[in-house]
Amino acid sequence: MAGTDGKAGPGRGPLLLGVRHHGPGSARAVQAALAAARPRVVLIEGPPEADALVPLAAHEDMRPPVALLAHAVDEPGRSAFWPFAEFSPEWVALRWAVDHGVPVRFFDLPAAHTLALREHEEEAEHGTDGGQGETTGRPAGAGPEPEPGAKAEPGAKAEPEPEAEAEPGAMPSAAGTRPAVRTDPLAVLAGAAGYDDPERWWEDVVEHRGAGEDPLAPFSALEEAMGALRETEGTEGAKGPEPHGEPGAADEHGRDLVREAYMRLQVRSAQREFPEGVAVVCGAWHVPALRRKSTVAADRALLKGLPKIKVDLTWVPWTNRRLSRSSGYGAGIDSPGWYGHVFGAADRPVERWLTKVAGLLREEDRIVSSAHVIEAVRLAETLAVMRGRPLPGLSETTDAVRAVMCEGSDVPLALVHDRLVVGDVLGEVPEEAPAVPLQRDLTRIQRRLRLKPEALERELELDLRKETDAERGRLLHRLRLLGIGWGEPAASRTGTGTFRETWRLRWEPELSVRVAEAGVWGTTVLGAATAKAEADAVAAQHLAEVTALAERCLLAELPDALPVVMRVLADRAALDADVGHLAQALPALVRSLRYGDVRGTDTGALAEVAAGLAERVFVGLPPACAALDADGAEEMRRHVDAVNGAVGLLADAADAPADAAHAPADAAHAPADAAHAPADAAHAPADAAHAPASAPGPASASGSAPDAGSVPAPGPASVSAPDPASGPGDLRARWRRVLRVLSVRGTVPGVIRGRSVRLLLDDGELPADEAARLMGLALSPGTPPADAAAWIEGFVGGGSGGGMLLVHDERLLGLVDAWLTGVPAEAFTDVLPLLRRTFSAYEPGVRRTLGELVRRGPGARGGTAAGGTGLPGFAPEPDTARADAVEPVVRLLLGLPAREGASGRPGPAGSRTGGRTRQDTDDNDLAGVRV
Amino acid sequence: MPVSVEPTSVDPSQNGSAPVPTEADTQTSADAQESPEALRPHAENAFADELAALAAQDDRPRPARWKLSPWAVATYLLGGTLPDGTVITPKYVGPRRIVEVAVTTLATDRALLLLGVPGTAKTWVSEHLAAAVSGDSTLLVQGTAGTPEEAIRYGWNYAQLLAHGPSRDALVPSPVMRAMAEGMTARVEELTRIPADVQDTLITILSEKTLPIPELGQEVQAVRGFNLIATANDRDRGVNDLSSALRRRFNTVVLPLPASAEAEVDIVSRRVDQIGRSLDLPAAPDGIDEIRRVVTVFRELRDGVTTDGRTKLKSPSGTLSTAEAISVVTGGLALAAHFGDGVLRSGDVAAGILGAVVRDPAADRVIWQEYLETVVRERDGWKDFYRACREVSA
Repeated sequence: MAGTDGKAGPGRGPLLLGVRHHGPGSARAVQAALAAARPRVVLIEGPPEADALVPLAAHEDMRPPVALLAHAVDEPGRSAFWPFAEFSPEWVALRWAVDHGVPVRFFDLPAAHTLALREHEEEAEHGTDGGQGETTGRPAGAGPEPEPGAKAEPGAKAEPEPEAEAEPGAMPSAAGTRPAVRTDPLAVLAGAAGYDDPERWWEDVVEHRGAGEDPLAPFSALEEAMGALRETEGTEGAKGPEPHGEPGAADEHGRDLVREAYMRLQVRSAQREFPEGVAVVCGAWHVPALRRKSTVAADRALLKGLPKIKVDLTWVPWTNRRLSRSSGYGAGIDSPGWYGHVFGAADRPVERWLTKVAGLLREEDRIVSSAHVIEAVRLAETLAVMRGRPLPGLSETTDAVRAVMCEGSDVPLALVHDRLVVGDVLGEVPEEAPAVPLQRDLTRIQRRLRLKPEALERELELDLRKETDAERGRLLHRLRLLGIGWGEPAASRTGTGTFRETWRLRWEPELSVRVAEAGVWGTTVLGAATAKAEADAVAAQHLAEVTALAERCLLAELPDALPVVMRVLADRAALDADVGHLAQALPALVRSLRYGDVRGTDTGALAEVAAGLAERVFVGLPPACAALDADGAEEMRRHVDAVNGAVGLLADAADAPADAAHAPADAAHAPADAAHAPADAAHAPADAAHAPASAPGPASASGSAPDAGSVPAPGPASVSAPDPASGPGDLRARWRRVLRVLSVRGTVPGVIRGRSVRLLLDDGELPADEAARLMGLALSPGTPPADAAAWIEGFVGGGSGGGMLLVHDERLLGLVDAWLTGVPAEAFTDVLPLLRRTFSAYEPGVRRTLGELVRRGPGARGGTAAGGTGLPGFAPEPDTARADAVEPVVRLLLGLPAREGASGRPGPAGSRTGGRTRQDTDDNDLAGVRV
Repeated sequence: MPVSVEPTSVDPSQNGSAPVPTEADTQTSADAQESPEALRPHAENAFADELAALAAQDDRPRPARWKLSPWAVATYLLGGTLPDGTVITPKYVGPRRIVEVAVTTLATDRALLLLGVPGTAKTWVSEHLAAAVSGDSTLLVQGTAGTPEEAIRYGWNYAQLLAHGPSRDALVPSPVMRAMAEGMTARVEELTRIPADVQDTLITILSEKTLPIPELGQEVQAVRGFNLIATANDRDRGVNDLSSALRRRFNTVVLPLPASAEAEVDIVSRRVDQIGRSLDLPAAPDGIDEIRRVVTVFRELRDGVTTDGRTKLKSPSGTLSTAEAISVVTGGLALAAHFGDGVLRSGDVAAGILGAVVRDPAADRVIWQEYLETVVRERDGWKDFYRACREVSA
């Protein structure tokens, strides 16, 4: 068959070198064959558009692994990669040709067609199997396929499947799918040879075989095998698609025919030009097809009417990790580092490899002596003999390393795999290479959004309710994720609404470099940001980093990155034993949840993770609260507060109506208070939410929420008597159970116990007299004064509105008063600082009122139980007539519909979205005031 | 120079003075005529047919004094069908790679260390390896906290010693010494339980392949074919950790826990069945679901991830080995048989699981509750189990 132009006669046909893509053995064989045959033109499987880029391969700044990247000019997200490693036969051929001044031509189907074909198929198939749809001729065997398996390797050589792929994100449809069962010709060959693993068979038969006498012999043997295979495959291929019901399989077969037709035409024309001395390097699978005689007309007919789009090609740097299968869109090589070693090692590859491994382990401070290396080599060789392999392969050396150097542990072995078997090699591309598509995509978006990159710093106000502004915001957030700091978020000058963003923009020249660097992540801003966010999530060290990343993903609207981030988040949360960390992460997460909600992002996964996180906090909190010192207790109290707020929001976010019902119910507890509410709100709006609930009164109220946007609410009953149903209410109910546990457990510090009681009381979960009982318990003489003071701090301390609570519930005030007067003189100085801290945080008005109440003495407190107060300046009963007068104004302010009987006109914002309405009610619980 | 040690010089009746593991010695004298009444026959007797068939058809090269070729040894352990149709039952169900590395190690002159958590068939594998390689699995030293140096080197028959002075006749060889002299495979069980100074007597044996007898001015040199299989418990790491000098003499193979849930369910139900029969417990009709549940819980907590691979979990401090799952189920069966209606139910295994999982009352309890609340509660069809666990954990 293959003739060298020296020996074999001209016209005997081209020298066909069938290879396994990325096979080091193939690469060596190709090198030997080319050196022996000295062809005058080399045809390499790859997109012909790349012919112009060939000279760059010889550039001194060009270092493999690199990839040819083809992308549609007007849609950079549609792209395909042809990676080349140092040990790829195609690369070897390329370099050989360039070094010897022999012209090189890529002769696969042009990328213009393959990319267009892909589009075609996607439309037809809804992108369900992008995995195969694409096409690209698999030149180097490989496109970055998102589908990790793709059996790429064997397939790669035999390549019945196409692989090039778009980068993830840009083609989400492709990313998730993996080609269904696909016939694997090499597996058939390997099976015939008695191997269960086709990889190993290929390694043994081809890759690990030493250089034979005749450099061309292996190729002819391979061609024969492939020819036989294709015969059987051909028959199977016909019925192939049906069993799988997969349209792709048929298409693929068809595309192979088209590609081969094109290749044949190219080979033919090359032969006309260089009648003797055409060498062809392509996947072994194609060799028989190229050998086959076929008429030009038939081939042309196959190529007729192929769709076509405008494409651009360039070289991009690649990494070993991306070549490897595990990275998600590699070339299907498990062990690029090992292959590189096998290809590069002058002799004794096993010894050299194990020495390398020993060196790595030593660097990591493992004790590995030369004796270990010797033993490992012996074990590897004996294993190879026992397994009947000609030479120890990667699996033998790995077994030897595990047993001898790693003491059977897989942990150091993972390091070896990561650093050596895969390897950290990063390719380089000369600056002269055409611009990466990411830059083009960015330019396009900038033009569309009318955001010019300017060196001058300027501020940009975005109103996210407008489509363009929202997109701008997303773009800036995505760029920030990619480390392209064009815009920095700034504090807004005009407002603090969640729909507003302020950015400080400034385009520095070096940002172009950053864009080029970010090109590794993808070809579009969206795709690159998604890939980067996913990588960041996996690399993140702390839980808080991941939550922050989740927030940024929402801001940048990267829905495809969210699942990965959420997974990592869930994993981290599961393994984090510090309740503090979890409690810290929860509010941020819930915040993102609400924020995502505002922007209409799907946050289902987020809500699930948040709920899981809350669950873990619930379980871990009680034990974590035991035996804390004062500082620890204070910190834990803050966590309790944070979790309480987060649980409330979480339940709200998951179930909007519950929220609407919640606030009014609180207020409804004490209708008597309604009259005071405006006054309270005036001097301490923050207190408003708590104050009404605190007043003793009917434990429940009737009626449903008057909120316009709400669906029939569970009703106030669910607040006063929570039923442990499922759903968010369930979450809240379980949180209350945790609080109950905290409130009565003796080992829990006073400040947390007090706080728990207070939160339960505010929630209407704890009847006021039960709270009073607990307070009495905490303040009883048996409790050390310091602990009791801490309890008071927790119960009514700080800016939590505790002052109003004491003002309204004189029984509680009486308890505090009685306890305080009972504190022995010597202990008083100890508790004084704490008490001072507790009470000094109150509003002056509250303090004064308290003071007056206390001065008036216990006599005046007789009839307070019913909710009437003897407060100076307040009537004992609310004046409903005066309250009614205020109500319309309040409703107007809050955008609530007028009450029945009133004007009947819908509120100004009656048609707002649920999110907005909810926000309003949160901002001001007065919404629930019922008069 | 090599001195052959006659097995006849070992007299079990004179063994009292030296706390040499009597097991090994009595076995030695007994192995020729092992009675069919033995509660548990040795591997080489129990599977004598298979070994003979393998030896008959094994045409591959055998290392010196090996009864079988390495390839045949691997087949013996992993099972297979010989050309003449003889079926070799699998002795070890697990990755082929592990057995291959183990056998290959023995074929070189490196010693083999089998590591693994309790219940991963370390001893079982070592016994069968020795039986297949040397045809004798009885040259055994059981490692304990009180294992003396004599158990590894040699002891003295003091009556002889006093009567005739130091001589080879007064010497009581250890199983290791015999293995060296005869080119056999010696076994050391629970190596890491042995005090460090005693462990280190192995260094000379493994590196120089010789055992000096300074009292006589002699030595025993290992003949070709000698090797040593040690087993050690993963969880004992740090108790009497191997010195790095000793560690270096071993190739380490870690025996993993069963890879798939189905395999483990199978192992558990089979063992439970056997044990149940020996305890005369009535067979549980629908126990398999509960067994599957126990295995699932154990696997999930042990692996730190749920079966569907979607949720990570903290792992408790206990081993949660297959053996423990077996004992939980057996305990549950006993409960069901004696106090329940004979059907294995969630309530019967809940307490056992709690006991197995919560070893450290503080940390493990949190882990267990987290697991209950985040995983078990949500799972379809696990309501009764959740309730039962809540009940016992409260």
